[in-house]
Amino acid sequence: MDLHFGDSKPTDDERAAVDALLGPPESSWEGADRSDADLRWARGGRAARDRRDLLLPGLHAINDRIGWISEGALDYLCRRLTVPPAEAYGVATFYAMFSVKPRPATVLHVCTDLACAAAGAAELCAGIESRLGLGSGVHVERSPCLGLCERAPAALAIKAGDPVRTAVSAPATVHEAVLAASAPDSAPGEPPAAMAVPQAGQGDLVLLQRVGVVDPAGLDDYRAHGGYTALRRAFELGPAGVIREVTDSGLVGRGGAAFPTGRKWQATASQPDHPHYLVCNADESEPGTFKDRVLMEGDPYALVEAMTIAAYATGAHRGYLYLRGEYPRAIHRVQHAIDQARARGLLGDDVLGQGYAFDIEIRRGAGAYICGEETALFNSIEGYRGEPRSKPPFPVEKGLFGKPTVENNVETLVNVLPILTMGAPAYAAIGTGRSTGPKLFCVSGSVDRPGIYELPFGATLGEVLQLAGVRPGLRAVLLGGAAGGFVRPDETDIPLTFEGTREAGTTLGSGVVMAFDDTVPLPRLLLRIAEFFRDESCGQCVPCRVGTVRQEEALHRIAERTGAAAADDIALLREVGRAMRDASICGLGQTAWNAVESAIDRLGAYE
Amino acid sequence: MTVTPLGIPRRLLEFTLDGQEARVPEGSTILDACRAAGKDIPTLCEGDTLTPKNACRVCVVEVEGARTLVPACSRKAEPGMEVRTDTERARHSRKIVLELLASSVDLSTTPKVAAWIKEYEAKPDRFGPDAARLNEEPRVDNDLYVRDYDKCILCYKCVDACGDQWQNTFAISVVGRGFDARIAVEHDGPLTDSACVYCGNCIEVCPTGALSFKSEFDMRAAGTWDESAQTETTTVCAYCGVGCNLTLHVQDNEIVKVTSPHDNPVTHGNLCIKGRFGYQHVQNRG
Repeated sequence: MDLHFGDSKPTDDERAAVDALLGPPESSWEGADRSDADLRWARGGRAARDRRDLLLPGLHAINDRIGWISEGALDYLCRRLTVPPAEAYGVATFYAMFSVKPRPATVLHVCTDLACAAAGAAELCAGIESRLGLGSGVHVERSPCLGLCERAPAALAIKAGDPVRTAVSAPATVHEAVLAASAPDSAPGEPPAAMAVPQAGQGDLVLLQRVGVVDPAGLDDYRAHGGYTALRRAFELGPAGVIREVTDSGLVGRGGAAFPTGRKWQATASQPDHPHYLVCNADESEPGTFKDRVLMEGDPYALVEAMTIAAYATGAHRGYLYLRGEYPRAIHRVQHAIDQARARGLLGDDVLGQGYAFDIEIRRGAGAYICGEETALFNSIEGYRGEPRSKPPFPVEKGLFGKPTVENNVETLVNVLPILTMGAPAYAAIGTGRSTGPKLFCVSGSVDRPGIYELPFGATLGEVLQLAGVRPGLRAVLLGGAAGGFVRPDETDIPLTFEGTREAGTTLGSGVVMAFDDTVPLPRLLLRIAEFFRDESCGQCVPCRVGTVRQEEALHRIAERTGAAAADDIALLREVGRAMRDASICGLGQTAWNAVESAIDRLGAYE
Repeated sequence: MTVTPLGIPRRLLEFTLDGQEARVPEGSTILDACRAAGKDIPTLCEGDTLTPKNACRVCVVEVEGARTLVPACSRKAEPGMEVRTDTERARHSRKIVLELLASSVDLSTTPKVAAWIKEYEAKPDRFGPDAARLNEEPRVDNDLYVRDYDKCILCYKCVDACGDQWQNTFAISVVGRGFDARIAVEHDGPLTDSACVYCGNCIEVCPTGALSFKSEFDMRAAGTWDESAQTETTTVCAYCGVGCNLTLHVQDNEIVKVTSPHDNPVTHGNLCIKGRFGYQHVQNRG
């Protein structure tokens, strides 16, 4: 590989941002001053290419410091990592949070997704833009779901610098959002995570038992509330025993695919190829989903402990926590928890003195829904574009860095703690026969008490809505987020289990329950969903890349039409939707038509 | 004569293809098996010298038990698999994919696609006159290649050929995402500012004519390009001692482009800048 770098030079700030991550360059070949040793210098090649996975952190470093990624900065990063500039440019342009064009140091992301749109995001955006005016030094960006649905409408300000500063405003007013953007340091702090848990403090909670009860920064407090008893039990059981417990518990993945967790762990653990990796998927970008954020903000040590158990069971010594870049507080809290755990011997070379080595690295996403797809996530960590890989081979066989990998999302992993502390039979007794355990629901929209609710599997949709205080005039409920489906207000007796929703012809997905009353214009909501998928398609396969565009176009055409006038385009939507579902590479394209189809069939959206 | 290495013998595996027993060597794809059985499956992003990318999805087939359709080009045949290549479901997806492609890019220089559009009764016009497409002028920034984005279907073949599969120059990549994704060099600049070494191997693998020789592009613009009047002569490159095979495409006694046989065991269709473009001295008649 003979790499070619352009003539663009980084500024001092850009160079400093990259060097802070990678250390100073050693030779003029990679950007240092010329020295006598330069002609005998031979690093590079494989040694440097092996650090390709630092590309995404490197892009973050530049974007955090400057606010955008210039040619000079990108070329310098490429030189340091021996990554071809064309590839790095392809990666940098893949993520919504990066810009390769100059922009102001402060970017204000204003969420325009479902819950926020229903709560007046459009007016909020317009108000912010007119208040800021031209030359304000703030770039206003209309953003997909920020995962703050319980406090809609939401805005996230990111001010580049050293260090980068962030501020969240939710529920946002024009005044507060502008304040957050102009002075993130003095913006009012976010409410505690427990505010997103209306049931906080209730004694029968399992997954949410500590949210609002423990100090998220205090390891001792976590231990005082039962922390690390599950890990001790795991060491007593041994890896095979842990997998047996998890299998017997009937736990299935909570990210939407509902794959049996024990089977996945067993399949990874038994792979002869090493090393094994553990990946925790915290790239919670499904519109309407915010449970992982609340867990990480309110009970971060629980995730650290659960990852340690999963790694121990599957024989992994390194875990990656892929956390979406839009969650600054969650990143901060989990990083603190990891550091504390490491300092106290709960991570590192000798976890709990048991001779088992495990450590966790946080990898920050940069704004790409597709990176929640497990193989796209691997590519993203490895420093490639976050495009899904074709399966087979499956991750348990060839996952991260081509090695056997177990990937679970945050909620799934946190379930492992009660499985070990209460034992598989007691856990399996919760819920229904085929959907065991407690489940988190992200309730938002037209309800009085939006937030995360924990209920045993089998509760009905109506029960969840009643808990959250559904408002009168309910028109539709979106189950499972943008990739899920709508149900009617008279279908509230649907049991919220995997099999129950399937029988009702819908899906539980990631546990989203979003209520819309009759003031929300349905066609506009569907357009927003279509726009979301068009925007978030990685572009790799034709059915999704072009199909999502054709879907949005058809919905635009029929936005104001009904009945016979819309029939042609609805037929077209059905045909395209069917091919997207059948022929797309990954779940994004396969589900991009679900919500629209359900709105047409179940709600009679255009009749 | 081209010598094709036979490789080590492979075991045969049995599976069902459209209800018939099929036996293929282990490691064969469903597409390999289809071709061996004389079945015509449309393919666009699949290339004979590259690892299939399965991005275009026109080759999808139905596999018993699979939730979605699977790409024949990259899915390996497995013992006992039941594959159906010509079901209504598979034909529907192929038809829609052809419509989606033909409505968004110019397929006029893509071989075979017109026949498939007819066979699958695809009607690209039904997305209406306002259906989004790129509508971009061809980029002519050097004397050797033209990049015509209007014809690009993002098959990734040029990226793979320029990258780790053949050339190892890594001058091109996919940038952006979704419908705005495009093939570009670093910083989306002109080819002349990039790492490109002008081997032309990307043109060799381009299935749609989005990448073409400047000579071909100019002749098409002038209306003088006539493939039926061209002869193809395979010879050996005279520049160095490697002995790469060149196929000279000659029209009216002028070399109009140079390709290389894909079944050549040494080059597999790849050349360097001299072999691909350095032919003017041959026809310098002073």
